[in-house]
Amino acid sequence: MARIAGVNIPTNKRVVIALQYIHGIGSKKAEEITTALNIPAERRVAQLTDQEVLQIREMIDRDYTVEGDLRREVAMNIKRLMDLGSYRGLRHRRNLPVRGQRTHTNARTRKGKAKPIAGKKK
Amino acid sequence: MTRSVWKGPFVDGYLLKKADAARASTRSEVIKIWSRRSTILPQFVGLTFGVYNGQKHIPVAVSEEMVGHKFGEFAPTRTFYGHAADKKAKRR
Repeated sequence: MARIAGVNIPTNKRVVIALQYIHGIGSKKAEEITTALNIPAERRVAQLTDQEVLQIREMIDRDYTVEGDLRREVAMNIKRLMDLGSYRGLRHRRNLPVRGQRTHTNARTRKGKAKPIAGKKK
Repeated sequence: MTRSVWKGPFVDGYLLKKADAARASTRSEVIKIWSRRSTILPQFVGLTFGVYNGQKHIPVAVSEEMVGHKFGEFAPTRTFYGHAADKKAKRR
């Protein structure tokens, strides 16, 4: 069991895959990390030496914002837009799509499940 | 896609003159502008602009955080009062 970046305990998967369990690390960054530390693609997390685990931890701490910090950063960015009174902030406040998508139909991801309108059918 | 950096921010030229004039004439006045497409520049901070929304000029006090956004973002062009409740449904 390896603890990297807070509470993340990826399993006996390949390192590149396991690292993506961390919020803020996708395939690109996972690959960057493994190539920078010369960890072969075949290596599983369980087979990592303590030294390598330490290196991974260090590199993530140093080069990337991850997990809680990243979530906070994103939330702050959204909050900034809302406090500014900009159009994008307004859309965030109303839980509507921010980037100019149509709302006549669709937009269900932002609006949530469709609410039936009372008495619409005859 | 984001605008190329080498082009610099887009601003309608006459805004700069208007801003300078407002700075010079110490009185704090709303500067009426129609150019919603212009970027807010650092030298606009502290001034109040009346940004046209197609109907009237919405006063926007430019703060430091607004730099880099466009004027149009701060003057919504649509008003939505929600859907009126269905009359038929009410009667039933």
